[in-house]
Order: sequence, then structure tokens, then C-alpha cells
Amino acid sequence: MSMTRRMFGGVALAAMMVAGTGAQAQDDNVRIALVVKALGIGFFEAAAKGAEEAAEELGNVEVIYTGPTDTTAEGQIEVINSLIAQQVDAIAISANDTDALVPALKKAMQRGIKVISWDSGVAPEGRMLHLNPSSNPLIGNMIIKLAADELPDGGKVALLSATTTSTNQNIWMEEMNKVMGNYPGIEVVGTVYGDDLADKSYREATGLMQTYPDLDAIIAPTSVGIVAAARAVEDAGKVGEVNVTGLGLPSEMAGAIESGASKSFAIWNPIDLGYSATYLAYQLATEQATAEAGAEIPMGRMGALTLDENKEGAMADPFVYDESNIDEFKDIF
Amino acid sequence: MSDATSPRHIPDRLQSNAARLLKSWEVLLLGVAILIFIANSFASPYFLNAWNLSDATFNFTEKAMIAFAMALLIISGEIDLSVASIIALASTAMGAAAQVGAGTTELVLIGLVVGLAAGAFNGVLVTVMGLPSIVVTIGTMSLFRGISYIILGDGAYRGYPSDFAFFGQGYVWWVFSFEFLLFAVLAVIYYVVLHRTNFGRTIYTIGNNATAASFSGIRVARVKFILFLLTGLMAGVAAICLTSRLGSTRPSIGFGWELEVVTMVVLGGVSILGGSGTIPGVVIAAFVMGLVTFGLGLLNVPGIVMSIFIGAMLIGVIALPRLWDMWRRS
Repeated sequence: MSMTRRMFGGVALAAMMVAGTGAQAQDDNVRIALVVKALGIGFFEAAAKGAEEAAEELGNVEVIYTGPTDTTAEGQIEVINSLIAQQVDAIAISANDTDALVPALKKAMQRGIKVISWDSGVAPEGRMLHLNPSSNPLIGNMIIKLAADELPDGGKVALLSATTTSTNQNIWMEEMNKVMGNYPGIEVVGTVYGDDLADKSYREATGLMQTYPDLDAIIAPTSVGIVAAARAVEDAGKVGEVNVTGLGLPSEMAGAIESGASKSFAIWNPIDLGYSATYLAYQLATEQATAEAGAEIPMGRMGALTLDENKEGAMADPFVYDESNIDEFKDIF
Repeated sequence: MSDATSPRHIPDRLQSNAARLLKSWEVLLLGVAILIFIANSFASPYFLNAWNLSDATFNFTEKAMIAFAMALLIISGEIDLSVASIIALASTAMGAAAQVGAGTTELVLIGLVVGLAAGAFNGVLVTVMGLPSIVVTIGTMSLFRGISYIILGDGAYRGYPSDFAFFGQGYVWWVFSFEFLLFAVLAVIYYVVLHRTNFGRTIYTIGNNATAASFSGIRVARVKFILFLLTGLMAGVAAICLTSRLGSTRPSIGFGWELEVVTMVVLGGVSILGGSGTIPGVVIAAFVMGLVTFGLGLLNVPGIVMSIFIGAMLIGVIALPRLWDMWRRS
């Protein structure tokens, strides 16, 4: 018996400790849950930073940054259930599964919680709106703009894409071709495909420089290709002659920015994404905006989100990374 | 000098202390569960709410259904680590059937049959070929889920019939979900099977000494085969509930659940070496795990901290009686 009591004592102590951490402020704050795919991922930690920034601007907002330990739908459902129980005002989620979360999120909406998805979307019936980091036309314009900005007198550029059947890359290049008229003097001399393989992309980039000795820039709208192209430029000793740009990850591109092989590149900014998602959730939770097709919902310093017929919207141009900000972001994602 | 007068302590049974502790294991766990319940009620104003508690039961009901069969299997000295992959396989089969227009009855049958077939496959490899179950089921863990990945890739099955949603989302009465009642009914059935039938006694006998059991006329291989079948069947039942709750199937469904199921069984006082353990222990362990994860979730404790808490709880509950034993002996 004494042993039983002893053990209960220990458990009771643990229980008290749990209870001690639970003293929650019960005020009239708008409570917005930022649910991510999994905790401990730099991209999402940065998004949480943006959410806090938005919360500070808005004043009466409490951000609950949460998510499962691994990127599973079941883990996110447990998180959603506990958020429903806490009667949060809004859930902004980057989903691990487009469909599996729908029943749980529907339940949340039935209980009066506003639900939006961001980054990685939920099927339309499981959320009120979806925030895309950017849109295809904006990306298509950005990749050529990055190259053109470094070539005021015009020049020759080539594209290094993923595979010939990569949907995203093909759409972006198509969108790029539509706006080529805005960049007179820029000539696209060729397109090669590195299949999103590091070695093949490297060989194709090297080939481009041999085929077009007066090449001024390589545009790679793929995170694998852009790194390989930068390496190829460095190895060919053409740093300063050929500028590599496109879409890439700051952590992988830091070296290329430092060496000068790449002057700048673009990708979404997770801080802006978390900031905008929080802003949108706040607008819905306080009923200052309703999520309907055609609505324009303000999101602070990021402007406004215009919803299409699927109640989706694009946040902004891809964010440009160069030597001025690469150090800040290379440790994030 | 005093050696001559004081009797030397020779334990008559090595298990004596542990056996006595096991009697109170369920009581101890129940105490833990009640304390967690009380702590949670104080920690969060949202905890004591019938609907919230009902939502929380979904955190453990499906896993607990498998844990019942797994408890029997572990008591018999075997283990099945492929249960989560059986869920994936059964769910994929149901999804494929739903795409070609299968109704709810067919889907349920398919889920159960695939579970049974997967269990039979494990059972044959272990009992007929004589392979160690831990190796076999680590293999089938990759195999079963691998098949799901081949079939589905990065796609998903959806479009289940609307009445199929009842198994994972339906309520039978007030806050009592179908899943929770199924969990309760299965708990009673497994209690009766393990503690009130000859079959149950033979499971303990096999777990304690398989050789002696077979010399006593127990058909060891047959009993073990049946237990693998049961575990597969329960994984099939869990697959039906989980698929219905998610309303869709992806090959990653139920990923990592095998360890949570084994944790539940061990926390429930079942010896991982076989031979001892009870169903009430597993039931209480299911509640303990469910209450802890839900309670910590309400406080928005990050999942990483939650895993540490569950791990510490498991080691603590397992180690404390042993420490107590050592302290008493010294």
C-alpha cells in the first residue's frame, strides 16, 4: 500500500506541474490557430514569426502556433479536435492531406470556427478560403524580370527547366512568354531540360554555355536546376558573365549568391505567408470580411487578397532574395 | 553468528513480487488515469465538456481495437508490427472498391477480409515456416504499405458512399460515437476470451512456456495462427473506422501506429516477453494515452513535448515497480 501511495504522490506532482502550465488567459482576444504540417520545420517557424508580427499589428490577437510531430493527417486531426474543444476563433492550416482533413475541418466550421488553408490547401468544402503564396502569372513574370533587371542593355538568356512534362514549370514558362513584350532586348535563345536531377541539370547548363558563348543569363524555375546551374557557372569560370536566376531555396542558394554566380532569385517568403494567413483569419473571425468569390480581403502590408471562383487567392509576387537578405533567410528554409 | 539463526531469504518464486504488483497494476493505472483526468480538469476550462471528451476518444479508439488483439498476441510471446500497414492495405482495397461502385456492406467485408488475409499471411510465415514474428512483421510492414504506395502513388481515393461515414463519424446515442461503443463491446469480448475461456488460459500457458504447453497437448502453432488472424482482423476493423473518419485513403494512412499500439499494450501491463497482462490494463492504458494527448493538446503543448511525456510515462510506469522491487530486496 505504502508503495502505491508513494507512486501516486509522484504522479500527483507531475499532474500539478501540468496544471501549473495551464493557467490560460481568458480574455476577449481573437484566438487564431496557425496549424502547420509538422513542428520543427524552419519554413513554418518563419511563418509563425510572420503570424506574431500580424498579431502585434492587430492588437487583440492571440496566435496559437501548433501542429503534429510528423507530417500526418491523423496527427493534424488530433490537433484540430483539441482546437475545436478550445473554441478558438479561427484555424489557418497548411494541410498534410487535401481530403482527409475535410471531415474534421467541416466539424470545426459547424461549431462556428472560421477555417482557412494556406501554403498547402484543403479541398474547397473543408475551408472558407485558400491562400496561395503566389500565382502562375506572377511567377512567370518574376523569373524573366529577375534576369532582365541585371541586363539593362538587353541580352541573351536560356531556360533550364525540370522535365518536358513538369506541369508547374511549363505553365510558368508559358506565362513568361506572354509578358516577354515588356522586356525588349531580352532574347530567349533556348530551353533545356535537366529532369530535376542535379547531374543532368549541371551537364545541360554547361552545354548551354558552350552552345551560346555570349549567353548572359540562365533562368531555372526549379530549385534543383538553379543550384546545378550556379555550380556549372562557377566551374566554367563564368561568374560575372552568366547570371543564374529563377526559383530556389535560400539555404541551397546561399553559396551561389556569395560567389556571385547568382545575383538574385525568388521564392515565397514564409514570414509574409504566416502574416497574411493570420490577417485573413482575423478578418473572417471578426466578421469584417466574408469569404466569397470575388471578395477582396485586406491583409495588412501585403495588400489585399482577391478570391477567385474556387475561393482561392494569390498573396503576392515571389519574394526576391539577394545578398542583402540571404543571410537572414538561409538558416530558415 | 546471526547467520545461523536468521533464515536465509530464498525466493520460492522469482515472479512473486512482480506477480503481486501485477495484481495492483490496473489499480495503479486507474489511479494515474483519474489523476490525469483531475489535472486536466483544472488545467483547461474546456476539458470537462461531454462533446470535447467525446471528440478526444477518437484519439485512441481505433488504436485500442488493435491493441486488444495485440495484447493477446504479445502475451503468447509473439508480436505483429505490420498492423499499421495492414490498415493502409485494407483501406487501399476499400478505396479501390469504392471507385468501382462498391456499397457500404461490400466495403466493410473487403476491409475485414483484407485484414484477415494479411493476418493469415503473417501467421503462416511465423507458425508454419517457423520464422521469428518480429522479423516477419517488420518485413510485411514494408510489404503491405509498399503495395498501397504502388497502387496509389501520391494519389488518393475518395468518394466513399455517404452512409460509409457512419463508422468513423457517426453517433449511436448522445455523445457516444459508434467507434467508442465498438471499442467498449470489443473490450468486453476480449476480456471474456482472455480471462474466461480455456483459449485464454492456453495463451498464457504458451507465453510462459511454449514447450511445456505443446507437451500438455496445446496446439501452439494453431493458437498463434488464430491470434495473428485476430490481429489482422482488428487492423481491418480499425481500417474501416479510420477510412470512414478521414473520408479518403492515402498510402500514408495510419503511419507509425504500430508503435503506438505496442506502447498502449505495454503501458497496460502486458509483459513484452509474454506470459502476463490483462485486458482491463490495456483499456485503462488506452484512456491514459487518450487523456494525456488530449489534455496536453488543449494546453497547446507541442507534439514533440507530448511524445517526450508519453515516453517518460511509459518508462516510469514500467521502471517504478522494478525499482520498488530492487529497493525491497536490498
